[in-house]
Amino acid sequence: MSKNLFQKVWDAHTVGTLDDGRTQLFIGLHLIHEVTSPQAFAMLREKRIQVAYPDRTFATVDHIVPTDTRQRPFSDPLAEAMMVALKDNTEASGVAFFDEKDANQGIVHVIGPELGLTQPGMTICCGDSHTSTHGAFGAIAFGIGTSQVRDVLATQTLALSPLKVRRVEVNGELGSGVYAKDVILHIIRVLGVNGGVGFAYEFAGTTIEAMSMEERMTVCNMSIEGGARVGYINPDDVTFEYLRGREHAPKAGDWDAACDWWRSMASGPDADYDDVVVIDAADIAPTVTWGINPGQGVGIDEAIPDGNGMPESERGTWQEAIEHMNLTPGAPIQGTPVDVCFIGSCTNSRISDLRDVAEHVKGRRVSEGVKALIVPGSWKVAKQAEEEGLVEVFEAAGFEWRQPGCSMCLAMNPDKLVGDQLCASSSNRNFKGRQGSARGRTMLMSPVMVAAAAIRGSVADAREVFGIRSDAV
Amino acid sequence: MSELEIHNVTGTGVYVAGDDIDTDRIIPAHFMKCVTFDGLGQYAFYGERYNEDGYTKNHPIDDPRFAGASMLISGRNFGCGSSREHAPQALYRHGFRGIIAQSFAEIFFGNCTTLGIPCATVTAETMSELAQLVEAEPATSISIDVDALKIRAGERAFDFEMAKSAQQALVSGRWDPLQELLSRADRVGAAAASLPYVGWN
Repeated sequence: MSKNLFQKVWDAHTVGTLDDGRTQLFIGLHLIHEVTSPQAFAMLREKRIQVAYPDRTFATVDHIVPTDTRQRPFSDPLAEAMMVALKDNTEASGVAFFDEKDANQGIVHVIGPELGLTQPGMTICCGDSHTSTHGAFGAIAFGIGTSQVRDVLATQTLALSPLKVRRVEVNGELGSGVYAKDVILHIIRVLGVNGGVGFAYEFAGTTIEAMSMEERMTVCNMSIEGGARVGYINPDDVTFEYLRGREHAPKAGDWDAACDWWRSMASGPDADYDDVVVIDAADIAPTVTWGINPGQGVGIDEAIPDGNGMPESERGTWQEAIEHMNLTPGAPIQGTPVDVCFIGSCTNSRISDLRDVAEHVKGRRVSEGVKALIVPGSWKVAKQAEEEGLVEVFEAAGFEWRQPGCSMCLAMNPDKLVGDQLCASSSNRNFKGRQGSARGRTMLMSPVMVAAAAIRGSVADAREVFGIRSDAV
Repeated sequence: MSELEIHNVTGTGVYVAGDDIDTDRIIPAHFMKCVTFDGLGQYAFYGERYNEDGYTKNHPIDDPRFAGASMLISGRNFGCGSSREHAPQALYRHGFRGIIAQSFAEIFFGNCTTLGIPCATVTAETMSELAQLVEAEPATSISIDVDALKIRAGERAFDFEMAKSAQQALVSGRWDPLQELLSRADRVGAAAASLPYVGWN
């Protein structure tokens, strides 16, 4: 038996063993944003500690930025104060900062890969649970709390215990109109929202291998929604081709050595795992959540669970979800009226997501009374979308086109649900109150399914709305 | 014995029913627009406690019977979702010193340990017995004995589980690892130098 990628990366970054038995782990890339870093810098100032490796930390602003205007000062004085704090903190410590007008600005999990900062074999962390996104490159990437942000700033290391590794193998060809988002929603539905606690998920199999880097990022992004702090995919030629020529990727002189090392970090064919789960791609339908956690999903042809035959241990959450969502148990999920449609977030705001949506909404109109917005993940994505003419398509169809940021995924900015509005969302969390209104309701789905809901005015099967033929694979 | 050592936390309890209580519910993102954790305590569980018009929804932590409770009891996968340390910070600043649940989300558990908040994992039976006990006798003193991995509630005692490293960190007073990490800067430099990508251009 040989080591899997997790074990190889862990070993390569181990500094030593701490007194309580935890590992001191070196962090190759540290990403920070305005929400979870100011207190960390304050703690350092209080203790008079310098940032140890400022060139291994990169900062941007994403959670609080308004997506309709970059006018400073921001209209929200609290948001403005966070901006000022991040600018001051990065300037004082020599950390690179992509501010709200910088061409490199965007959602932290979109820009890391885009700039080639995210690389295979690295340890990557950020004060944000969706850091698992970067695992798509074969990195060990995970979210941390603010005290740990402090630890990384002060020492470039963390005190951690290793995880077990579960190989989640998905095999076969996905049906037309079934996307990476459906794959991860299906995996979470099958393994549960806490099934991954204590594990890193290694996503593998022919379905995953056939995915582009952006699709792989969507899958790894939501590992944490299945309880797995880390999700990764072994690096391969698709990974290397994505990275080649990017600003921070290894340059020509180091490129071949880099590819060799990256390849050597992948799990061997006889690698050892703590658990293996196999999923058939043919079982995955366009998936929609009906409840208040990302595991509460159904295929678009299914009904909202009526609770019959449900294990007693799940009934409480089911009841709470049905009440919050104000849905009828046993009714079809299709046809549920929507008020807002949001395409964006670190899960699904990349150029391929926008291309998929544009292809299908071209020449159609957002349903009367539905507020539909598309928020690109970064300025680079925004520029690309403009150059490709996607923005004209979106606007002609009645979508609002915004500037990059986290937007309505978590409502720390002006984009929020109101009252009990129901939002079809390409984001990652359907928690109560997540989109800014305590009574707001979220249904997670792929960007194309959000687009279908926007056109229809209700939850709909994108394959039917857009004439995506299920046999035209 | 160092004053940082945490062997035992004691107080009255409050039961917040439910599984998968996520960190957005513990501290809504709206209240994370801040550059300090000070003052977060009042916003713990805000969306669950208040209606949009500010009226209280009779959340258990606002129930006068449980006023001053410092032991929080809940269900499975407590603290799932966002990695925000604002969640344990809000609970701590609200007055909670220990959390007892059927299971914990991983990042939340680690954040709590780093702040010196013991998280005790109990069986469904223990959780429901503790919940009943607290409901019946809110004044019952509950203690989490981190050394013995025992919860004592009135006359009763229950076992709990905790990752060995977290238990060690708490009882040794080294739950905040920063000093130890800082003391090993030479070894960190050597580890960095051994990584090929650190030298790439």
